[in-house]
Amino acid sequence: MSARKAHIVGVGESKYTRWGKIGDISEHALACQAIGRAVEDAGLSMNDVDGLASFAEDRNEAVFLAADLGLPTLRFGNMVWMPGGGGGCAAVANAAMAVETGQAEVVVVYRSLCQGQFFRFGTGGIDASVPGDLAPPTLVQTDSMMIASMGFSMPYGLLMAAAAYALPTRRHMHLYGTTYEQLGAIAVTFRDHASRNPRAVMGERPMTMDDYMAAPMIADPHRLFDCCLESDGACAVVVTTEERARDLAKGPVEILASEQGCPKGYAFGPFTNANISDDLYATGGTEEMAGRLWGKAGLGPKDVDVAQLYDHFTGCVVMLVEDYGFCARGEGGPFVESGALSVNGGSLPTNTHGGSLSEAYIHGLNHVVEGVRALRDESTSPVENAEVCLVTSAACVPSSAVLLGRK
Amino acid sequence: MSERFFPNSMPPPMANTTMLPWWQAASEHRLCVQECQSCRHTRFPPSPICPECRSDAAEWKDVPGRGEVYTYTIIHRPIAAEQELPYVVAVIALEDSGGLRMISNLVGVAPEDVEIGMKVEVVWEDMSDDLAVPRFRAVG
Repeated sequence: MSARKAHIVGVGESKYTRWGKIGDISEHALACQAIGRAVEDAGLSMNDVDGLASFAEDRNEAVFLAADLGLPTLRFGNMVWMPGGGGGCAAVANAAMAVETGQAEVVVVYRSLCQGQFFRFGTGGIDASVPGDLAPPTLVQTDSMMIASMGFSMPYGLLMAAAAYALPTRRHMHLYGTTYEQLGAIAVTFRDHASRNPRAVMGERPMTMDDYMAAPMIADPHRLFDCCLESDGACAVVVTTEERARDLAKGPVEILASEQGCPKGYAFGPFTNANISDDLYATGGTEEMAGRLWGKAGLGPKDVDVAQLYDHFTGCVVMLVEDYGFCARGEGGPFVESGALSVNGGSLPTNTHGGSLSEAYIHGLNHVVEGVRALRDESTSPVENAEVCLVTSAACVPSSAVLLGRK
Repeated sequence: MSERFFPNSMPPPMANTTMLPWWQAASEHRLCVQECQSCRHTRFPPSPICPECRSDAAEWKDVPGRGEVYTYTIIHRPIAAEQELPYVVAVIALEDSGGLRMISNLVGVAPEDVEIGMKVEVVWEDMSDDLAVPRFRAVG
């Protein structure tokens, strides 16, 4: 088994832009570009790749990518069911399972997003600036469970993620006294990290707490900079066995442990589900999974040197640091306000690339890319002698996580 | 027709065959949850089998349409044309429902006055002849 233990050996990405800015190359072609760069970074050839994995209804199907990339054979084509930002780490986990069990030798995990080429997330395809058909609305019947699951949120105007995840965050503020300023501390810290990252979409847009507080309210308690970017871009990571990893271009990063899933009755999380149990509602829903992850790795929160935590919204980061045990339940606000997440002396340097708030929103696969760079001393916000990096996917949806270790 | 709070351009409800009876009851201004006929566990949104005892025998049970605000958000961006801003989406904890909650709107209350624990009651908005959507307003 140990000769087949999964490692990440290559990472790569396209340029990252604001949403809708990549129009000269298709989303599919952009995926090809990112996969090519990750394979090159590993010192491998496309002829070595025999698996592809992605997550959350990726529009870029593995079979078309395999054909256009000229893969000699596709042995593993995999999609994770965890929705949206919940599945990025699970896709890495599935790639790891594939190579460890001999289903494939080299699996590339990828994500490509060009919202301008399709539709903008959070709108349901509705353009609110155009007066609609003013005929009275009627009930729409559907056979799709995914569409039907939105039927008890959309009619109330709950469609935008910034509003959906405001619900558990507001409850967290009510229960524990979490403040707007504590949310702002997260946004300001990650922007500072982005300022050193040439790939970051917001890298040249410094932000103070005053700037944060002056930004318009989107869905209270979320102001503009509590919300992740909307980006165009693609990234990829290459997973293979320890045996193959030994002779490659760069120091491999071991996948120490991975977990995925959700608690009973969670479904899509608070976006569509008002009946998450009371003890879980104002959490990320990932505490139980985090316990399994620590147990599997034989590690705990104190062993983590650097973290890349999915940051679709600042409130969700507060819930993640609690779920993963970096502080007690309810103390996430004071924890982030203390500067814990900063690479400048914080106890848990987090999102050293700037995260989804300030680098790019690639459904968190860019957090895995940064996790690898942090352990290869390639991060633009380095954490000296970092040995262990926690990477999580989104809070408040079915989720996943990986623990990465420097070899 | 009832008082109107939201424009016709709002997204319509979407329902599969399991959920359709809930909206049919809504059109008659009845707020329902499902009740398992085997173990009496109540559930919402509608689903095909009981998640506690896995029985598929369920009946629709009317609930009083009273409750309190469990959490909320004040939304400043429109999702539909000609919508009044800001508007309030809230999770309502429903009385006498077996502890169930539902997502809805608060209407007739200034956004700055909304708070968790606020007592509310249902107010039906007839969107068309055969579609009514439950919103909530403050009581007391």
